[in-house]
Amino acid sequence: MSMAQATRDPGVQTPLRRFVADFAESRVAMAGLAVFALVLGAALLAPLLSPQNPYDLNQLDIMDGRQPPMTKSLEGFVFWLGSDDQGRDMLSAIFYGLRTSLGVGAMSAVGALAIGMAAGLLAAYFGGRVESVVMRVVDIQLSFPSILVALILLAVLGQGTWKIILALICVQWAYYARTVRGTALVERRKEYIEAARCLALGHRRIVFRHLLPNCLPPLIVVVTVQVAHAIALEATLSFLGIGLPITEPSLGLLIANGFEYLLSGKYWISFFPGVALLVTIVSINLVGDQLRDVLNPRLQK
Amino acid sequence: MTVFVIRRLMQSGLVLFVMSLIVFFGVYAIGDPIEIFISPEADQIERERAKAALGLDRPVWAQYFAFLGAAFQGDLGRSFVFNMPAITLILQRMPATLELAVSALLLGIVVGLPLGMYAGYRPNSAGAKAILAGSILGFSLPTFWVGLMLIMVFAVNLGWLPSTGRGQTATYLGITSSLFTVDGLRHLAMPALNLALFKISLIIRLARAGMRENMLMDYVRFARAKGLPMRRVVFVHVFKNILIPIVTVIGLELGSTIAFAVVTESIFAWPGMGKLIIDSIQRLDRPVIVAYLCIIVFMFIVINLVVDILYSVLDPRVRLSEAKG
Repeated sequence: MSMAQATRDPGVQTPLRRFVADFAESRVAMAGLAVFALVLGAALLAPLLSPQNPYDLNQLDIMDGRQPPMTKSLEGFVFWLGSDDQGRDMLSAIFYGLRTSLGVGAMSAVGALAIGMAAGLLAAYFGGRVESVVMRVVDIQLSFPSILVALILLAVLGQGTWKIILALICVQWAYYARTVRGTALVERRKEYIEAARCLALGHRRIVFRHLLPNCLPPLIVVVTVQVAHAIALEATLSFLGIGLPITEPSLGLLIANGFEYLLSGKYWISFFPGVALLVTIVSINLVGDQLRDVLNPRLQK
Repeated sequence: MTVFVIRRLMQSGLVLFVMSLIVFFGVYAIGDPIEIFISPEADQIERERAKAALGLDRPVWAQYFAFLGAAFQGDLGRSFVFNMPAITLILQRMPATLELAVSALLLGIVVGLPLGMYAGYRPNSAGAKAILAGSILGFSLPTFWVGLMLIMVFAVNLGWLPSTGRGQTATYLGITSSLFTVDGLRHLAMPALNLALFKISLIIRLARAGMRENMLMDYVRFARAKGLPMRRVVFVHVFKNILIPIVTVIGLELGSTIAFAVVTESIFAWPGMGKLIIDSIQRLDRPVIVAYLCIIVFMFIVINLVVDILYSVLDPRVRLSEAKG
């Protein structure tokens, strides 16, 4: 029997394969995954897909300004989604905006994950005073809504790409810390950790090689949910004019830019960036929902 | 119980102190308001005079202690822009924000609770799936964008509802509110719905999850075995157990609704304190920023404290674990 046949044999069940099969059970979640892949592709390949570089002033023509969708531009290509006040193709602007939004979301998620995971693991593993200090800080922070924490930090820090990433990390680390601690507390009491201790392995090795991998499943769910949150929060703050600077046009800034034209019926300047934002967030949430169901032992058949 | 409350109070005081430090020193660092208030041609003497008038010539820590001392007497500084006490300015705007937040929360309960309970009671029905899909959408829709779309549809295209302001207010039982006039309600409808969208989704989720979990519990089977009708089991026994997390969340959500009102107020030009803080950040009106953040943090601490106490009254298990810890 060849290798290919062996892996296709339904009798052999690895945890990963069972996970993939469980996940694929929901068509909605698979559709969400596919849409998210498209969004990610559009963001990564923005320079190749866009009809124009929306931030190269040489390519913009003010005469093309505020054209409704499907209009032909002076350059010859079609504004599928219309153009903004400076003659910028909205489709191109959305592709580039997705880049910024997803980039900020991903970077803040990675930062928050690293900090939250470390804090949560340390709290659960060492217990005692470390735990009570870390968890008290987490509790206090989680008693304030995310937008308020972000607002305080941005009022204090001012505007800027790194500042908003920092603010998002500060908003989100606590969610990761709490989740990791909860799982790690349960895992810590299991026999394999005791066995590792009996082998006199170092703390670092036990925490990162043995404890951490077993805490990952619930964490994956939190990551998906929090990335979606981070993207939405960044868009909101940028819309309010206290998030990203104008030099980094995320979807939120595009929407804000179209707000003043909305009242005169030129809906497309803020409508389509909003749709892009919505599609991104919904697709991530659909994937997250299915992950939660698959990874939740309580709902397992 | 007393120990629990005292400990919470001490913790709250500490949080408030740390917050005032962060906010004051942070806001001090972001920019020099003197640059905004004085024309570039002003000479050195004029600048110094303006600095002294605004109290900006003293060292930061002296300004902080002056601020702290005054804060205890209810004085949080004067707005540079409006030239009136920051606290008066914020308190003037607060009723509009509270009115918006409470309306949104009520809307969330009235719409969310029945839908969520139904979705949890018949999780496999088409209606439940539609409700769940709606709640996922409600979570995912960015509030500010929904606000814009509401304006587009109801104000621009259909012309049914006004898109900005609070409308006419009336005073009833000593409360001045838009709730008491038709014009006020017309102005309130869109912002309240906009702000409620997230709450509706959240309450649907909570009610549905609570329903599903509780329906599988032994007490439900027992009550059914005892011969109680399903209606009684659901609306009396299960309902009480679902309510515990929902009461906590509603309490906590009042605070977050006030915080998120920042977005809705900015879109609909609702004259509340959320719009004030965004305007103040953009104008670097330092005393208003500091005062707003201190007041809202204080409000949160009070709300959290009340919710914690209510929670421990509702669910004795919490009280026991707190007393041990």
